[in-house]
Parts: sequence; C-alpha cells; structure tokens
Amino acid sequence: MEALKLELKNKIITTLNLEDIAVEDIADTDALFGDGLGLDSIDALELIVILDKDYGIKLVDPKEGKTIFQSIESMAAYISANRTK
Amino acid sequence: MTQKTNIQSYITIQNNEIVLNGTSVFKIEPTDFADFSKQAYRNFDVQYPKFFKMDALSKLAFLGAELLLSPITSGEQENNIALVLANKSSSLDTDVKYQESISDQENYFPSPAVFVYTLPNICLGEISIRHQLKSENSFFIFDAFNTEFMSNYSNILLNSNKADVVLCGWVEFFNDDYKAFLCTISKEESTKYTNETINTLYNQ
Amino acid sequence: MCSFALQKLEMKEVFITETNCITPLGFDVKSNTEAILRGDSGIQLHEDLSLMPMPFYASVINTEKLNRAFEKISTDKKYSRLEKMMILALEPIIKNSGIELNSKTAFILSTTKGNVTALKEDSEESFNNAHLDVLAKNVSDFFGFQTQPIVVSNACVSGILAVSVAKRLIQSELYDNAFVIAGDEVSEFVLSGFNAFQAMSDLPCKPYSKNRTGVSLGEATAAVLVSAAATNAKVKVIGDSSINDANHISGPSRTGEGLYRSIQNALKEAQIEVDKIDYISAHGTATPFNDEMEAIALNRLGLQNVPINSLKGFYGHTLGASGLLETVISIESANQNLLFESKGFDEIGVSETINVIDKNEERNIDYFLKTASGFGGCNTAVVFEKVKHELH
Repeated sequence: MEALKLELKNKIITTLNLEDIAVEDIADTDALFGDGLGLDSIDALELIVILDKDYGIKLVDPKEGKTIFQSIESMAAYISANRTK
Repeated sequence: MTQKTNIQSYITIQNNEIVLNGTSVFKIEPTDFADFSKQAYRNFDVQYPKFFKMDALSKLAFLGAELLLSPITSGEQENNIALVLANKSSSLDTDVKYQESISDQENYFPSPAVFVYTLPNICLGEISIRHQLKSENSFFIFDAFNTEFMSNYSNILLNSNKADVVLCGWVEFFNDDYKAFLCTISKEESTKYTNETINTLYNQ
Repeated sequence: MCSFALQKLEMKEVFITETNCITPLGFDVKSNTEAILRGDSGIQLHEDLSLMPMPFYASVINTEKLNRAFEKISTDKKYSRLEKMMILALEPIIKNSGIELNSKTAFILSTTKGNVTALKEDSEESFNNAHLDVLAKNVSDFFGFQTQPIVVSNACVSGILAVSVAKRLIQSELYDNAFVIAGDEVSEFVLSGFNAFQAMSDLPCKPYSKNRTGVSLGEATAAVLVSAAATNAKVKVIGDSSINDANHISGPSRTGEGLYRSIQNALKEAQIEVDKIDYISAHGTATPFNDEMEAIALNRLGLQNVPINSLKGFYGHTLGASGLLETVISIESANQNLLFESKGFDEIGVSETINVIDKNEERNIDYFLKTASGFGGCNTAVVFEKVKHELH
C-alpha cells in the first residue's frame, strides 16, 4: 500500500505537471482538490485516464471520482480493491 | 472619426532570447523550448504554477503577454485590453501529440489535458485569466504574419471603442521552432515609436 | 454620450444578403428548414470503429451523397471531404450574388479543426493539408478570390465571430463584401476528445432539459455573404461583441460573465433595449454547465422571457460551423416569422427560468440575438435586425 501511495504521488506530479511540488509535500490525507493540492476539473479528468491506463479501472460514472480522488489514501484504497492490472 | 493609433511597447521571443522594446532582457545558451520557457519563467519570478500545465504555444504567448501586460494591469482596476493573435501552425504541435495518443487501438488513451490545448485560442484564455481581461478575443491563422490585417483589425477595435488597448501579434510554435512578436497598441500618443510600424518592428 | 451617437451615424450599415448550408438534413437552406419543420434530426446512432471504439450518436453527412453533389460542380479529385462541403456551400451564393471577386471582396473561413483528419496519414503532404491556411487557400483558389484568406479559429464561437469580423472589416471600409464560410467535420480526433472530457451524451443531446447528459457532435458547413449593399438583404448586422470569461479554459464562468458582457455590448451598439429582442438562437450544447451558464447570463440581462432555442438537437454540435449554421437557420426563422422548436427539450433543467421553444410557432420576429460560447472562455453575441422588403 505504501509503495502504491508513493507511486501515485509521483504519477500525479509528473502527469499533472505539478512543477514546484515534491513527493514529500503531499501527505496521504491531503485534499487533492480545492484548498489542498489545488487540482482542477481537467486534472480530475486526467486522473480518470490514469485509473484506466495504469490500473485497468474504467469509471462507469465520472461522479464517483469525487470520493475516489479525495486524497492519495482514498485513491490507493480504491485502486488496490479494484485494479485489473 | 478614425484616430491615429500608436505602438506602446513590443516584445520578441525567438532563438532562446527575449527582447523587450528593443533591449535583450533574457538570453540563454541554445536549449529546447521547454527548458527555455522554464528558465524564463524563473528568471522573471512569475509565480503562476498553472504555467507548467500549459502547452508550448500557450507558454510562448503567456510569457510575451506577461512582460507587456504586468506593468499596465492591476488586480483592483478593470481594464479593456483586447487580444488579437495569429499564427501559421494553429495548435498543430499539440494536435500531433494528441493524435499520437489515439492512433494505436491497443493503447488508446486520449488525454483531456492535451485535448483542451488543441485549439489555438486557448492561449488567449490563459492570458485573459492571468490578467483578468474580460475583453475582445480573436485568433486568426495566416500563412505568414499579415501585419497589415493585424494592424487594421486592432485599429478597428480601438476606433469603434471596443477596446482601449490591443495586445496584438504573432505566436508561432511547431516542433520546437518558435517566434513570438507581440505589441500593445492604443490611441494614446507615443513618442517612442513614431515611425515604426508592426511590420518594421517584427522584421527587426 | 453625444460623441457616441455621432459616431454611430457615421458607421456603415452591414447586411447579410445570401445564405447557404450543407448539413445531414439537406444541401440547401430550403431543405433544411423543411426538415426542421417536420422535426427531423440529423443525429443518428453510429457504429464505426474507425471513429470511436464504442457506438456513438452524431449528426454525420453521407459521404456518397456529398460526392455525388460535388461531382456536379467539379470532377477534380484533390479536395478533402471538408473542402467539398465548404465549396458546395459557397458555390451557389457566389454565383447568385454576381459579385466580382476583386480586391474589395474578402474571404473569411472559420473552423476549429479544419482538415485534422489529415494527421492520421503519416506523410508530409498530408500533414501540410492539416494546416488551416492551406485549407483556406484550397477553397479560395477554387473560386479565384483575389484577397488573402482570413482564417478565424476561435473554438466554438468561430462561425459567429467570423460574421462579426466581416462586419467590422466592412464598416472600416477595407472591403465592400465578405464571403464567410464555416465548417467542421465529425472526426476520431474530436469524438475522442469530447469523450475524454466526459462530455458526450449517450442519447441524442437534449439542450436545457433536466435529463441532459452532454453533447452530440455534428458536422456541417454554412456560408453567408456579408455586404455593404442592401440589395436583397435578409438581415442587418447591428451589434456584436466577443468577450472572454477570464475564468477557466475548459469550463464556462458560473456567472456567465463573458456572455453577459458580450450580449450587453452588442445591444448597446445596436442601440436597442432588451425588450425589442423577439428571439434568441442560443448555443445550448446540452452539457450541464454550459446550459446553466446561459440561463444565468440571460436572467442577469432580463432576457429570460424571450423565446429561445438551441438547434443542436437537429444538427449536434458542429463546433466552428455551429455559430454560422445557426445564424443561417435563424435568418429563415425571422424571414418566415416562425419560431422553430428546440429539439430534444422536455422538462426544464436549468436553475433559472428561460423560455425554451417547445413547438414550432408563428411569431413576428424583427430583432434577434445569436450567441455562442466555447473553450478558452470565449463568447460571442451578435444582434440582427430583419430587413423588410416592400412588396411590389
């Protein structure tokens, strides 16, 4: 689980071009959207692509993303329970 | 009722160098545009993390606009600065990248963050957001910088009171070849560029 | 202000005198309005793996029908599908108008993605064709325009912005006439992009409706002649504005600020009050945010009771073509004094009241407003006045 969390942090930083943010700056429970990391709606769509491309998870309802993408912790939990690759 | 308009400031970005009003303000050893734009961003201490999410065309237009507009805009006061930009390659640099993400059926993962930049006018949106310009916006495509059209169209906006200032210019980017030439034009008298036109400044 | 009024008097009048369109509903304006009156829609379910890995709804022109129509005016094989659609839309209006294509005749082409399908082929020649200036030159050379083509590529406002650009150029006396063409194709490129944006509807789109789930894409071309001459004028272009939201590159402003200001400026230039507007041909893409934003902007302006439609239920979202195509249809609406239903609309699904047209209805239309909004935060509003011709 810890390895997955680290992997997700790295992925988010590279894929979403968070230039001035390092892995250490993101706590497992930090909010990814809003006041936390400050991700926006396009980033949310990009996270849906990451789920599909890297973990083989297709979100049927994009609205589900809201709870899944709350934090690194919630993302990691969802991915380990649902991943197909 | 047409009034004479004047160039107030201009900027050129090409060959790893930024020249503002005829003076070189940033120049580095030859490198790729991603590196050049990042170094320029750091050099001018821009402080706008969204910059790194932009595609190359938007970064290019953004940097030019940053140096021309920051001195004349403020968060408190509304302004009416229109944006009229043009280029040859539209958003093709990003279009090609996006096309690659959908060309392989086995590896078909279209990226929304790339797709959104497959329109040339997105750079106008980026500049508008940065400087809070709720103003006239238009993006044109020509095979080469059509200085006559761009200057005429800017004058129309100024003389019909649709804008107080026009940020007008050429922002071309394809495959790491780039050139930006931007200038601000208004009816305000200017003693600086009395004989110059967009054409002479662009070709300097 | 006095100076404003004075300047207004000196402004040249600008008219639209010819219109045409090429759509799945027909290859001329008459067949399109007849189809709309019958309630036909171009939106169909498509299963085409070369366009999308899954079935999708879109409004697509039949290629064989297009080729047959094109063969009647040219046997040249070099033109792309989109170029054929553009040439077919322009050909009759250039011919009818009898206008000389000289240094005072502008050619304005508006599109978002042009020949983007050319990127699928990995050759230099094909790549060259993906350039919008090359597309414009190909179409321009077919007719022999003498002036350099002006390409407007400003996302989904392109088509209506092109009318505005034409009006401004004519008012400044740079040109006497401008032929304006707008067009976009349904391609794998845009389908995949809208799908990645989770913006595609799984049913034909339902603008302003409670159960709307997004856009259906479409393809079309539309052409108009914008002229300083009033002969055969259908409408006068009396005010226009294109203001950016300065809010977000892919989502509209929640307050509809850019659209609000665009409409406000256009009405001010037209020197008419909001209560003069008889009809609004709106953007209505059927995404949750767009339709909501429009309803908010219209309420802020006091335009909530004016009959409004989105023609996307007939044509899908034809991107850069939509603004001009919908203008062409609105001009017919005004000239026939008929409000066309907003197809796909059932139960109101925006938080503030708007008067969506639910069935075709006779109504006197003197002034109407066309609006559009798009990626990059852009918005355009143009006010038109019907030109009444004396009966002889």
